[in-house]
Amino acid sequence: MAGKTLYDKLWDAHVVRDNGDGTALLYIDRHLVHEVTSPQAFEGLRIAGRKPWRVDANLATPDHNVPTTTKERHSGVEGIVDPISRLQVETLDQNCEEFGITEFKMNDIRQGIVHVIGPEEGATLPGMTVVCGDSHTSTHGAFGALAFGIGTSEVEHTLATQCLVQKKSRAMLVSVDGKAPEGVTAKDIVLAVIGKIGTAGGTGFAIEFGGEAIRDLSIEGRMTLCNMAIEAGARAGMVAVDEKTIDYVKGRPYAPKEEYWEQAVADWQTLHSDTDAQFDEVVHIDATALKPQVTWGTSPEMVVDVSSKVPDPASIDDSVKSDGMKKALAYMGLEANTPITDITVDKVFIGSCTNSRIEDMRAAATVAKGRKVADNIKLAMVVPGSGLVKQQAEEEGLDKIFVEAGFEWREPGCSMCLAMNADRLEPGERCASTSNRNFEGRQGQGGRTHLVSPAMAAAAAIAGHFIDVQDL
Amino acid sequence: MDKFTTFTGIVAPMDRPNVDTDAIIPKQFLKSIKRSGFGPNLFDEWRYLDHGEPGMDNSNRPLNSDFVLNQERYTGAQVLLARENFGCGSSREHAPWALEDFGFKVIIAPSFADIFFNNSFKNGLLPIILDADVVDALFKEVEATPGYSLKVDLENQTISKPNGNDISFDIDEFRKYRLINGLDDIGLTLQQVDDIKAYEAKRKQQAPWLF
Repeated sequence: MAGKTLYDKLWDAHVVRDNGDGTALLYIDRHLVHEVTSPQAFEGLRIAGRKPWRVDANLATPDHNVPTTTKERHSGVEGIVDPISRLQVETLDQNCEEFGITEFKMNDIRQGIVHVIGPEEGATLPGMTVVCGDSHTSTHGAFGALAFGIGTSEVEHTLATQCLVQKKSRAMLVSVDGKAPEGVTAKDIVLAVIGKIGTAGGTGFAIEFGGEAIRDLSIEGRMTLCNMAIEAGARAGMVAVDEKTIDYVKGRPYAPKEEYWEQAVADWQTLHSDTDAQFDEVVHIDATALKPQVTWGTSPEMVVDVSSKVPDPASIDDSVKSDGMKKALAYMGLEANTPITDITVDKVFIGSCTNSRIEDMRAAATVAKGRKVADNIKLAMVVPGSGLVKQQAEEEGLDKIFVEAGFEWREPGCSMCLAMNADRLEPGERCASTSNRNFEGRQGQGGRTHLVSPAMAAAAAIAGHFIDVQDL
Repeated sequence: MDKFTTFTGIVAPMDRPNVDTDAIIPKQFLKSIKRSGFGPNLFDEWRYLDHGEPGMDNSNRPLNSDFVLNQERYTGAQVLLARENFGCGSSREHAPWALEDFGFKVIIAPSFADIFFNNSFKNGLLPIILDADVVDALFKEVEATPGYSLKVDLENQTISKPNGNDISFDIDEFRKYRLINGLDDIGLTLQQVDDIKAYEAKRKQQAPWLF
């Protein structure tokens, strides 16, 4: 019999009951909760007279709606200017209080983007099943966990039963072979993967990322990578556990304490695919040939090297694809065959669950240090992923580097990744963004998003247009 | 959840691939703490010429007459015909809520994004996967025939065309059973309380740090 994939191991360890039809009732170890996808789930519990099955498996924080300007933030929840956003944050506070769920409230130092704080607190551990009413829950797979996004009905189901009925996915290995060149980050790797397999390439699959370039990534880099598995269509992305994983987890508030540490580590060390494991699909990418990536269209698969030109729909035979490209170019206000480095930007956003951790802050600050944001940039903002990331960055003096260069230094939250709060693009504005989606209207109606790494976003802010960070 | 019954409904074509959930229901409407009322803001940015915000009176807003759902021939549509990877992006269940609130009962596409597909079943909305060439033929027929309707029979897993031809489709038995009977998932899972407790007891032995 062939060995098991990491996905098989995680799945098998959580089967409460196999339904015999490809689905199983799976046990959920960690449920992360935020204000946008939970109110209707709590309401459902109330209507049915149900209680959370296991209160301590849940951890909540408001992130999508919270303001990021210091002035608005410091007036507390009552001070949130948008009354509908305020109500949603208040509703989360009330629900967590009523049902006894631990919440890091808006001005708690531990508050932040749910996918930043889970790992930061050690609430995400290797071998866990982690769910959240947010598609970027795939992030937590970086720890050798099975983590996936769910809708509000499943949020309610998890609260009520600590389980979910799931269909087992097929297993895909994306092997990124060789060493990535200098200047090529986890974000560039994952954008290149999506460019290769497409936004639906991973549909129905759980993706394991492997290969030398992945093993070389830090844990935060692996989080960036797994975060965007969903943009390749895969609900779950994951990376095998190694010493880096275990070192990262050690000593965090929710990590196993001394009495269980050795036992946990021994268990975690089995969390890798067996050498003879069979994957349903294997994709190889040559890391040595990669360059920094920039998206040009309205889907993350519309991506090219910074040294390339905007693709020409006329060169594509498939009419559905070619029409999609034309629509994207029209929306983006771009001409085919324009060099990427000729595209000027209006705003720069460094943040989001993809790229707002301390290493992202450092990478952007390294580029910004001693330089100035270009005159054509209307706004360049840096939004740390959590209060603790912000504190760490300030201890290292990164905030001063950003502010001196002309960036705004903000309070933690999802911010302009999806523009549910006041941070957004105006119609026609073009943004170099470290977020995860360049969909139409994602960062504000009519806004034009180009996805890049933190270093590339900082470089675009300094140059006023896209540029290979190595050429700055 | 209402039981899913056989019906005949007008088909509206959404002729673009990768329709994402940000397009289906833009984020400003996700601030609602309710589950209903999203229909008037379905495809808001494509459907109206102005910028929509929660609380607006949508009946007074300028419509984009080019947008398919604003065309009179598709009024009252209950079947949405779509291209590949429909519902990609965010996990927001507000997307199926908005489609269902608008009046759609079925979405036909060559492929769906996983989370959207899964969320749809929880809300009595049936996503049907058909081969790309079958979908392509349906697009041509819908565009050529005002008032084009399809009969959707979940029990027998068939879609009947106006000319009497049937197309069969696949669906998970368990999902079909739940839709037809309008069953509550949580209630079904709570029938397995003993299994959940037994799993927890065993897991506490194996991995005590998780509890």
